[in-house]
Amino acid sequence: MNIVILGCGRVGSSFARLMYGEGHTVTIIDIQSEAFRRLGTKFKGNRIVGNGTDEDVLRRAGIEKADVFFAATQGDNRNIMGAQIAKHVFDVPKVIARIYDPIRADRYRKLGITTLCTTTIAAGLLHDHVLTGDWGLAKDYSQDYLDSKV
Amino acid sequence: MYIIIVGGGNVGYYLSKTLASAGHELLLLEKDRGRYRTLSEELGEMVMQGDGCQADLQLEAGFGRADVVVAVSGSDDDNLVVCQMAKMEFNVPRTIARINSPHNESLFRKLGIDATVSATKIIYNLIEQEVGGGEVIPLAALNRGNIEIVDVEISPKSPVLHQEIKSLQLPPESLIISIIRDDHAILPGGDTRFEAGDSVITLVNAEHEHALRDIFAEG
Repeated sequence: MNIVILGCGRVGSSFARLMYGEGHTVTIIDIQSEAFRRLGTKFKGNRIVGNGTDEDVLRRAGIEKADVFFAATQGDNRNIMGAQIAKHVFDVPKVIARIYDPIRADRYRKLGITTLCTTTIAAGLLHDHVLTGDWGLAKDYSQDYLDSKV
Repeated sequence: MYIIIVGGGNVGYYLSKTLASAGHELLLLEKDRGRYRTLSEELGEMVMQGDGCQADLQLEAGFGRADVVVAVSGSDDDNLVVCQMAKMEFNVPRTIARINSPHNESLFRKLGIDATVSATKIIYNLIEQEVGGGEVIPLAALNRGNIEIVDVEISPKSPVLHQEIKSLQLPPESLIISIIRDDHAILPGGDTRFEAGDSVITLVNAEHEHALRDIFAEG
């Protein structure tokens, strides 16, 4: 799959390494080149420095051929805007935005963007774990992260 | 009218003062606490501290009865989300967003924002007007900007020079309204011919503006 990731923070870089490790074509965008340090030395995907809500930058990142677009910058609104450009301008089949604010996550989900609200997910998992002692349907992915070769 | 302005930078500040002195009911939202304190010293109750993208704050600020919401922060993504949330949550009749990148004009229109203002584009247009020469200069936008009134300058090298209007293959949804020649407006007919220096005032669907330019532009 062709995957374009916006934002090379902890989540963006971990997802990039994971998908790259499984043999997918990965391009990651960040406004600061230092952020790419998080990718480590074994990641050989494309790195693009630029503003991810700029159509020219997204084009340079190959969004026109992307199967998946994932926005995970620090700013909810930047992720929302990037995701809407991916969906409405470039017709990317699968568009996902990480959104911290649960209300915005809900409203944009209704507009057809897959939203990943880590706030409600973490709180919900914790709730279940505290009450039942296990992680329910969710899996603890930390071992996968540690085992990853990329 | 009840007008809510989001973003208390220079644009938001002067816009608030101007609109308030014109007698409108006004609220200015500023996220940064330090900036909010500075603003409230002068503007008092007219300013409120908070993030204009958040639904609970929008409720508190009275977005439900706002006639217009104007988002004039420095970042296009914040302005987009303020306006979209105002529409989704409170069905605000008119939303206006300031944009920095002129590319975002058509994107914002597509995403439901009623109007956009781009300082970059305005200044660009002013410069183009000075330089002139085969360019299409937007004069006004009708109906959210999908129909534009433009001024096409006829340069001495224009391919339409000395041609009659009826010989042109104008793009669909376009209409020549008038020709300004030597400071006089002409109501043109089919046999009117173009002269160098003419300003051709044309009504055109924004989608066909490029096609229009291609007809009049040199080379």
